[in-house]
Formats: sequence, C-alpha cells, structure tokens
Amino acid sequence: MTVKVKAGTEVHPKDAKLSMAYIYVAFAAFLTGAVAGVVQGLQRAGLIDLPAGISYYQVLTAHGVLLALVFTTYFIFAFLNAGMSKTLGAFPEKYRQAGWIGFYVLTLGTLLTAIMILLNEGTVLYTFYAPLQAHPLFYLGLTLFVVGTWIAGGALLAHYFNWKRENKGQLTPLFGFMTVATILLWYIATIGVAVTVLLQLLPWSLGISERINVLLSRTLFWYFGHPLVYFWLMPAYMAWYVVIPKIIGGKLFSDALARLAFVLFLLLSIPVGFHHQLMEPGISPFWKYIQTVLTFAVVVPSLLTAFTIFATFELAGRAKGANGLFGWWKKLPWKDVRFFTPFIAMVMFIPAGAGGIINASHQMNAVVHNTLWVVGHFHLTVGTTVLLTFFGISYWLIPVLTGRRLTPAINRLGIIQSVLWVVGMFFMSGAMHVLGLLGAPRRTAFTTYQDHPTALAWLEGVFSSQVTMSIGGVILFIAALLMIYNVINLCFLAPKEHTEFPIGEVAEDASQTPPLLENWKLWVALAVALILFAYTIPLMDMIQNAPPGSPPFRPW
Amino acid sequence: MHLHRYEKYWLYFGIGTLIVFLSVLGVGAFAMGQHPPSHDAVVDPLQVSETPPFDEPGLVQIDDHTYVANLVAMTFGYRPNTIEIPVGSTVIFEVTSEDVVHSFTIPGTNVNMMVTPGHVNQATHTFTEPGSYLVICNEYCGAGHHYMQMTIEVVEQ
Repeated sequence: MTVKVKAGTEVHPKDAKLSMAYIYVAFAAFLTGAVAGVVQGLQRAGLIDLPAGISYYQVLTAHGVLLALVFTTYFIFAFLNAGMSKTLGAFPEKYRQAGWIGFYVLTLGTLLTAIMILLNEGTVLYTFYAPLQAHPLFYLGLTLFVVGTWIAGGALLAHYFNWKRENKGQLTPLFGFMTVATILLWYIATIGVAVTVLLQLLPWSLGISERINVLLSRTLFWYFGHPLVYFWLMPAYMAWYVVIPKIIGGKLFSDALARLAFVLFLLLSIPVGFHHQLMEPGISPFWKYIQTVLTFAVVVPSLLTAFTIFATFELAGRAKGANGLFGWWKKLPWKDVRFFTPFIAMVMFIPAGAGGIINASHQMNAVVHNTLWVVGHFHLTVGTTVLLTFFGISYWLIPVLTGRRLTPAINRLGIIQSVLWVVGMFFMSGAMHVLGLLGAPRRTAFTTYQDHPTALAWLEGVFSSQVTMSIGGVILFIAALLMIYNVINLCFLAPKEHTEFPIGEVAEDASQTPPLLENWKLWVALAVALILFAYTIPLMDMIQNAPPGSPPFRPW
Repeated sequence: MHLHRYEKYWLYFGIGTLIVFLSVLGVGAFAMGQHPPSHDAVVDPLQVSETPPFDEPGLVQIDDHTYVANLVAMTFGYRPNTIEIPVGSTVIFEVTSEDVVHSFTIPGTNVNMMVTPGHVNQATHTFTEPGSYLVICNEYCGAGHHYMQMTIEVVEQ
C-alpha cells in the first residue's frame, strides 16, 4: 500500500490493513444480507415463490445473521480499530497480532455458521430459541464468533490501558474512552450468550445432555440480546460525538457529558433483558416491572446525547456568524454526505426511540409483541439510525484507510443513496408499524390463514399492506446496491489522495472532565451490582422451579 | 460537574416525563392488576397429552358467562382447533406447548402470549362482539409456522 501518512497522525498502514479486512467482510455480508432481505420481502407479500429447496425461514435466518450480527460487528471493529490507531497511536506489534487472531477466529466462526445456514442445518433464526435444535457446528460457529470478538476487543482494551499507563494523569482520548465503554459492555453482555451456548445448547446438541431448560436459555439469550443493540448503537454515537463536530467545522459541546453518557449506557443497557420476555410465563410480574423501570432509565443518556449533539450544531453555526434563533441551521454542511447521512440517522432515532418505549412498556407490549411492529421498530433503530451512521462513516473512513478521496460524484451519489434508503424505510418500516398494530405477525412466510378475513386485510390496505412493505424493501435494495457501488469505488477506484481522519476537539469553554469518569473499576463494579440485583432472584427461581427440560426438535 | 442551564431544564423535563410514565405503568400493574401474562404453573412437556386438564383439551364452563379454555399448542396447530362461545363470554385461556416455543395470539385483542414448553401461560379476554376470531402463532416454530392457526367462534345466543 502506498498510503502517505506522517507517523502518529493518521491510521498506521498496518492498522489500516486490519480495518480494511473487516470492511471487506462487512460489505460482502451486507450485500448478501440485502439480497436475502429483498427476496424475503417479496415472498412475504405473495409476489414471488422461492425456488424449490429454499425456505422462507432459511432466507430469514441468513438475512438476520448477516446484517444484524456479521455486518454490524465487522464494521464496528473496523471503525474502532482505525480510530484507536488514529487517536492513541499505532498499535504495538503484539496487540496488532492479537487483533488479527481475533479477526481470523471471528471469520472462522462466521463461515461455519453461514455454511450451516446455507445447508439448512441452522434454520433457527438469529435468536436460535431452544428447543429448536440446529447442527452442533452452528453453535460452534457462534462460539468462535464470540471468542473472536473477545480477542479482537482485548487488543483494543490493551492498547487503551497501555496508553493510560504511559500517560499517567492525562485525560484519555475521547475515542479511546468510548471504545472501552463499548467493548466492556460487549464483554459483560456476551457472558450470557456464552453460558447458554457452551453449557446448555452445545452439550444438548451433541447429545451429552438430553433436555434443556428452555426458560433459562431464553433469559440468558436476552440478557445478551438487548445490550447487543447498544453495542451497535454506541459506535454510531461515537461518530456523532467525536467525528461530526469536526465535519461541521465546530467543536464538541462537552467532553464530560459525552463520557457520562457512555458510562450510563454501560450501566443501564444490560440489566433489562426481561422487557423482551414480558409475554412469557415463569417470570414474576414484579421482576418484569423492575426491568421495565431500568430499561427506561437508559432514556437519560439518550437525552444527554440529543442535547449535546444539537448544542454542538448550534455552536458551530454561531461560530460561523449565524444570527437569530435558528440561523445556525443554514450553516450546516447539508451537501456533505459525511454530515447529511448521519444527520438523517439522528432524526430517525426520534420516532424509533418512541416506538421502543411502547415495546418495553410493562403491559402495552401485549399489543405489539412479536408483530411486524417490532420488525418495523428495529429497522428504524438498527436498520436506519445505526446503518445510515455507518454509511456516513464509510464515506470518509474507507478513503482514510485506502489513501483515496471522496469525489464530488460519489458524494452526490451518497446523498441520493441515503435519501433512497429513507424513502424505502418509510414505506417498509411504516407499513410494518401499521400492520403490527393490526396484529400481523413477524417471522412468518406468506399466508392468508385459509383466507381468514383478518389476515386478508393485511394484504389489502394502501399503506397497511404487506405489498407496500415489500415495495419499500425493493427501494431499500436499490439503495443497498448503490452503497455497494460507492464502497467499491472508495476501495479501489477513487483517485489516490491523503484523506484526513476527522476527530473533533472539545470547545474551549467546556467544563473540566472529572477524573472520576475514567475510573473503570468503579463502573464495572456498579454494572455487575445492577445485574446481580436485576437477575439473581429470577434466575434462582427459574432453576429451582424449573419444569422438566425439553428434548430437541427439528421441525424444518 | 457543571451542567449548562438549558441542559438542566431539558433533563428535568425528560426525567420528569419518565417518572410520570413509569408511575402510570406501575399504578396499572400493581393497583389495577394489569400485568402481562406471567403464569408460573409447570408441566412436563413430554407428558402434556396425559396430564389433566390437557389430556382433554377444550372448554370448561365455570359460571354463566365464564369459561376456561385449556389448549395445547404444537407444530403446527392447536388442540382443539376451534372453540365456540356465546357472545359476552369471558374466557380464561390456559395454554401449554408439547414441543417447541409457540405463541397464542388473537389479533385485534390484547391476548398475545408466549407458549413455552414446560410452562402453562394464562390470559383472559371478554368477547363482546360476535364473529370468527383468528388465533395465530407469532413465534417461529418451524417449516409450517405460517399454517398454525385456530378460530374462536363467538355466536349470538
């Protein structure tokens, strides 16, 4: 590679190489997952039949795994790895090697799981609820996937704490701080899924244990499943806090509040899994309510973020001479895809978050649980807020890593791509929300339930129709292809030129960051205490009052 | 730590709204008994067809307007797959699974509960309008998941 960099100022070429390896896998998974998505959307509306031998649920499993797990995880590690190299300096050789080992283990796990899904040996959806039983290699693949992320995350943590040791008394770079919060959250959360896969699912799928405690496995899954969404969201927030201020030519409103928000995410996004299990037997309503309250506490760091980000926008606009209450609005770089795309992502998070509050509500969940509403919700949160932010990051990160530049043509195409994405999402996710309120189920192939009038109505409305939903899906697919074209351009075709890694500075008059915020032992101890509070009694109850376990089933 | 004055107002407003909202949910739950389905009765999933009352699934009338419906969910249907009740009846649904995870969901009502093997889940609904109510499974349970349904016929007396 012929990247022109001054040592220590941009991403070290050797670190860039690892980040690019992640980027390639991420977008390969994105393309395949998008194909699975559009095919599935058309089948769901009854517009196409899948060729013999391929089942709707197999395609659905592939779509969920490839987009929600593979694309996100790979992209996040690309971003974190590059940002750590930029802000804390090049990785020492041994950490870089650990980073590569993590990448290979992760990729081996991904391939193993993907092959099992393609062979129809793992059609258990990305939630793999017992007692549906996949092939043991499916679970082994998942295990390697998690172990790979642990190794890769370990390299990032080591680099950060190494820097901290060598720069005693100094405030750690914000990007590094946020990376540590994200990786710690991932470590604590993945313990749940590791326990269920290693101690329950794997021995049971190998025939070592005959029966499985279904409720316990679901609870361990959701102990992981909700923080998982914060693992996707926190890197997006990192881009908003650290990168966007630089792109708009402003400065971050407050470093201390940014760090506080991330600490709160670490504390509050784990002890909340029961809000995914509100409609289940075997968990007392009291503990469900406790976790509902904890779930909503996470609104606080989101409100902090909303304030900080918009304050940053306003300060930037005023610094450029904007007058009046909203004059700063016009000073924002609307024609820059690096700002425009993440900005839409932020706006879309408002309805997305409001929908989430409905989902997690103690009783209201009954109206929407497992309906298309939920699918609409996470297509707004992950599929729009997180994804558009990641697209926005791609438009500068890939050029930084490949030593190329974002041309005006690709910038324009990028804006078109993002607008198309939002239009597609409006139809698809919008229709999903409405259909969900009418009771249309998620995770269900095309069906009219023997032409029952209730089900036929889900195909007939103008907006409240599965056909509208799949039209949105087709628009999204076109936007996805455009994104792939842009990524290929930035990887291989765009003109060679040095591109700066945008890292924002904190405003001069921002308040001092208290050293307490960097006390990781304290935050981890608090996180563990909250988790023990929220889970100990219900888990003991699940084990002590467990029904006889379940043998395996393979009804596909 | 110093917080900007406007930021304080924003957070007071946000956290205040949150407290009001959670209080409403809490009063609904603990003062008015509106809890989500959380029944904790257990049954051996492999013995469902021999365990009363699921050995003879169906309706049991307990007073003039109240019925208990003991139902079994399985791949890919419910046993029995239709029940008939007079309009105005209140039905307590008690449902368990004899194999994988299913749901018992009546679109257009608040009856929407998970049916996990080993547990019996419970929900209650009063049917005030006559008609044919569709019941579906909304948790993926295998290749025939989208065929899994039953109906509740609510008839005029």
